[in-house]
Amino acid sequence: MSKRSVAASVAIALKLITPAFASSIAAETGARGTDGTLRILYWQAPSTLNPYLSGGVKDIEAASLVLEPLARLSPEGEMIPWLAKDIPTVANGGVAPDLRSIRWQLLPGLTWSDGSAVTSADIAFTYRYCMAPGAGCAQAAKFRDLDRIETPGPLTAVLYFAQPKPFPYGPFVGSQTPLLQAAQFADCLGPRAPSCTEANFAPIGTGPFKVTEFRPGDAAIFEANAAYRMPNSPAFAQVLLKGGGDAMSAGRAVLETGEFDYAWNLQLGPDILAAMATRGKGQITTAFATLVERLTFNLHVPGSQPPQPHPALSDIAMRRALSMALDQEAMVAFGYGAAGRVTCNMLPAPPAYASAANQGCATQDLDGARDLLTQTGWIDTDGDGVRDREGARLEFMFQTSTNAVRQDFQALAKEWWRQIGVATKLRAIDASVFFSGDPGSPDTLEKFDADIEMFAGASDGPDPEAYLAGWACDAAPDAQNGWRGQNVGHWCDPAYDALLDRLSRTADLVDRAALARQLNDMLVQQYVAVPLVDRGRVSAHANSLGGVQINAWDSELWNIADWHRLPG
Amino acid sequence: MREHRALLFGPILLGALAVFVLLGPLIWQIGPQQMDLGARNQGASWAHPIGTDQLGRDMLARLMAGGRLSLAVGLAAMLLAVGIGTAVGVAAGISQRLDGPLMRVTDLFLALPLLPLLLIAAALFRAPLAARLGDEIGLFALITIAIGATAWMSTARILRGEVRSLMQRDYIRAARSTGTHNPQMVWRHILPAIAAPLGVSVAQGIATAILMESALSFLGVGFPPDLPSWGRLLFDGTPHLGTHPSRALWPGALITLAALSATVLGDALRDIADPRYPRYHRK
Amino acid sequence: MRFYALRRLAMALPTLLVISAVIFALLDLAPGDPMAQLPDTIPPDVRDDMRAALGMGRPAPVRYGLWLWQMVVVEPGIFLGLIPEDAATRILSWQTRAPVMTQIAQRLPQTIIVMGSAYALGITIAIGLGILSAWRRGGAIDQAGTGLAAIGYALPPFFTAAVLIYIFAIQLNWAPTIYDTTLRVTGWDSLAAQLRQMALPIAVLSLQTTAQITRYMRAAMLETLGQEYIRAARAKGLRERTVLMVHALRNSMIPVVPVIALGAPQIFAGAIITESIFGVNGIGQLLLISLRAGDLPVVQTVTVLIAALIVLANLASDLALPWLDPRLRDA
Repeated sequence: MSKRSVAASVAIALKLITPAFASSIAAETGARGTDGTLRILYWQAPSTLNPYLSGGVKDIEAASLVLEPLARLSPEGEMIPWLAKDIPTVANGGVAPDLRSIRWQLLPGLTWSDGSAVTSADIAFTYRYCMAPGAGCAQAAKFRDLDRIETPGPLTAVLYFAQPKPFPYGPFVGSQTPLLQAAQFADCLGPRAPSCTEANFAPIGTGPFKVTEFRPGDAAIFEANAAYRMPNSPAFAQVLLKGGGDAMSAGRAVLETGEFDYAWNLQLGPDILAAMATRGKGQITTAFATLVERLTFNLHVPGSQPPQPHPALSDIAMRRALSMALDQEAMVAFGYGAAGRVTCNMLPAPPAYASAANQGCATQDLDGARDLLTQTGWIDTDGDGVRDREGARLEFMFQTSTNAVRQDFQALAKEWWRQIGVATKLRAIDASVFFSGDPGSPDTLEKFDADIEMFAGASDGPDPEAYLAGWACDAAPDAQNGWRGQNVGHWCDPAYDALLDRLSRTADLVDRAALARQLNDMLVQQYVAVPLVDRGRVSAHANSLGGVQINAWDSELWNIADWHRLPG
Repeated sequence: MREHRALLFGPILLGALAVFVLLGPLIWQIGPQQMDLGARNQGASWAHPIGTDQLGRDMLARLMAGGRLSLAVGLAAMLLAVGIGTAVGVAAGISQRLDGPLMRVTDLFLALPLLPLLLIAAALFRAPLAARLGDEIGLFALITIAIGATAWMSTARILRGEVRSLMQRDYIRAARSTGTHNPQMVWRHILPAIAAPLGVSVAQGIATAILMESALSFLGVGFPPDLPSWGRLLFDGTPHLGTHPSRALWPGALITLAALSATVLGDALRDIADPRYPRYHRK
Repeated sequence: MRFYALRRLAMALPTLLVISAVIFALLDLAPGDPMAQLPDTIPPDVRDDMRAALGMGRPAPVRYGLWLWQMVVVEPGIFLGLIPEDAATRILSWQTRAPVMTQIAQRLPQTIIVMGSAYALGITIAIGLGILSAWRRGGAIDQAGTGLAAIGYALPPFFTAAVLIYIFAIQLNWAPTIYDTTLRVTGWDSLAAQLRQMALPIAVLSLQTTAQITRYMRAAMLETLGQEYIRAARAKGLRERTVLMVHALRNSMIPVVPVIALGAPQIFAGAIITESIFGVNGIGQLLLISLRAGDLPVVQTVTVLIAALIVLANLASDLALPWLDPRLRDA
């Protein structure tokens, strides 16, 4: 082998063995803090920098400049060790063979930004902090399955689960559950958590930046962390994270006037975005994960107590006809443009979990839909343009939250369904009511006081088990359980539940992927829900900003240590 | 002569707008909900003089439909506001007993910050009204009541002052002494005497109602896109100012014209009622 | 006179109490949930715990009583330094978990500076325009001024704002589109930058203010200029400027001052839309954000504060009238 190829393979090997260093190769060109101020715009302003108290995406991402987890997720949905030495697996002995414990090793020599050492005691403390009763910790679900955490050594933490967990990478993976400094939050356990304002607004972390000033609901100023473990990183000396306004002014500030370098989550119409991008000052980046906008059918008569099966929608042919009448390609083009992709799967990502068996859904087939309806006995007997059967009109109530694109989709669906003889009434409910889960309100997603609903859902992380369990028979919301549950359409199939059960006992990742694809196929082919759009995260950044790799699985600012100012 | 012309400006403009929204659809046959997916986001053309929106709906038709809704809300809300204001103002003016409590209630309403309360109230009452009256009428009722219930106070105050000074007039006292009861008093003597400030209130009420409706739509609690008002059209069109400015400029201009003509009408009415106003025939 | 003032003050307190109760009841009944904006991956029982931690579980009268206690006793006590900070629970925002008063204190300066300047500018222009319009009634300035006032009143502020932003910020690049809330004025450059970013919001708001006050000013001036004593002053040979500024203006201000005083608290409430559009981090923007997020403590506190300001301004203008107009003073 020539010297060059040896060097190359050593470099590649190094990249694989120490992935934590790989990301900094891009930043090695400059020294720390030489590129001035980075200006970021989050049009939903962060209200706190403690992701355990908030749960909102904006707060988690603002905190991710400072607080870091043991492992992060790459833009492709794979785990990258971050504060940990490597990803524990059964193969390397990190995960116990009985799947009841996982051992994490911290990188040696890690320090907090105030100079003190990061130890496994901080990991154990973070767990106690979130699970302390009365804290109202937003990430409690991630730690729920843990039984205890033991710290056999200053750099080793072993997490023990109450039940065997085939996928034990819930806690401390991803920006929702970063490490907190035990010393800083020591007095903030339980009900005292909200009152530790100083700690909540200026947490001490291991990240590339530390908090200089935080004005909740307005702006945060960060400066480069002198104790950051990567040399020559971060390139920026200061970060201004400004919040407030709306997506329109945020996009303008980056793409048209150049006042800011990065704008997050630009939920704007595709023509507006495209027009702004033509100015040439910035570019738009998109990343996709599992967020799928979907139609759900109510298989019960809305509001019926005890629940009656829906006379029209219980028939799979009816659901299929409604789905065939939709032109998904047109919907994606009008509503999302490059920020959305057509998908025929409820689970479009990561690639191993995406089924290839459902390709035909995207094209519109009005004639086929009409034939299907006629075959099932729905014929327009009175000539009013709406089909009927046994005296009942084929009319549906279609509801969703108030949102310009969703209202456009409703109008489109109403028109296409009119063309196949189905009448539709539209309703739009304010998002804060629709998603509130309030058992007393008739307008929530769970109450489903309508025939068809449209909303978006996603899996929490690359492993879809919890997400797919949302369609189990016992996950249906009803009056007895306080209208809680994700299976809002009240679909029940014992075969699906059986497969779910198998998934919960399967550890091998390849087998899990196969089972997930099967479960997805069941959902799609039985038209339990109709996937409409694979929605991506859209952000914009200035042309002079380099190193941005937008990530829909983790915080968008996950690799901010590598961002730098491009020359010229 | 100049003032005479100014008096006509208001009603003429309002009349023109009313003709546009009421008779326009008879001439321009495209419906406001008609989608032409092949003709989206177009600019002005013979087929669509003001262009189309992002779903291919004709903007001219939508402006006409929106105008019907905005003007209807303006009228209805104004009637409610002036009705309540007149009732409260006249009652407070006539009866000493009611004056104190009624004026305290008026002060209470005046002290409430309106916009946040409107937002809360809109969220609160939207569902029950929709359930009771049906979606569209329920929403119309909601917006009308919301605006009407918060715009009556200035009318009440003004009319109370007028009625109180009226009550001191000799002919009112004479009527009282001959045994005229209150309802007759109001109907026969008081209302005709306060016709002028009442007219001003009506005109200004229309302007206020139209502007309030557009503000509510701008903040998202007004009308939805499939039942658009001018305020909603303005809200929908504002993001497109850079690419298709007519989509925002036209509804904005129409709102301004409607409010302007109502205001000018009110000013003219007030000028006429003012005894110091130089009549053109007084030369 | 003093009796009158005390009596009015005494009546103002129950008014405020009723207002705060009404607002609280409305907010409590309104649907919407501070947890609705959380990602759907957070399960409902976790949301329940979060709600309980915020104190949402307690019955409404208890929460109202607690808020009242905090508002009347705790917060003023902490402000005056009589109560140490961690001795009592303060009113906490549900979004930031930080004391509401801290947020208000952070945002108040921006509102006062930007909206206050706009109001002051609007008043100044309105007074000048009103004087000129009345002085040369029917002339070019009068026509233009009346027209401007009418149009300024009829233009929805968000429409004006959108058009101004498009012309000046995007096309001409004379002003920034995002208000830089961290800008500190330390020298001429930063002062220039601050003025540039304040220019558009001030333009929008002062247009509205000018429109509203010009009409009153003009009417008051017209009435005053028709009085006998003005004719006498002119007959005495006084300069026109003295007649206008010394005699006419002072007397015309009598009906105008209450209008100005009553409009002052509207700086906060009416600026809601303008602050949101321009991104000025003031009280109005705080109110809108908190309303949308269902952050009841913040909405309650800010709304009642605005109501208190309105009541006080009402009272102040009622008390100032006798001071301005000697004819109204009691014997």
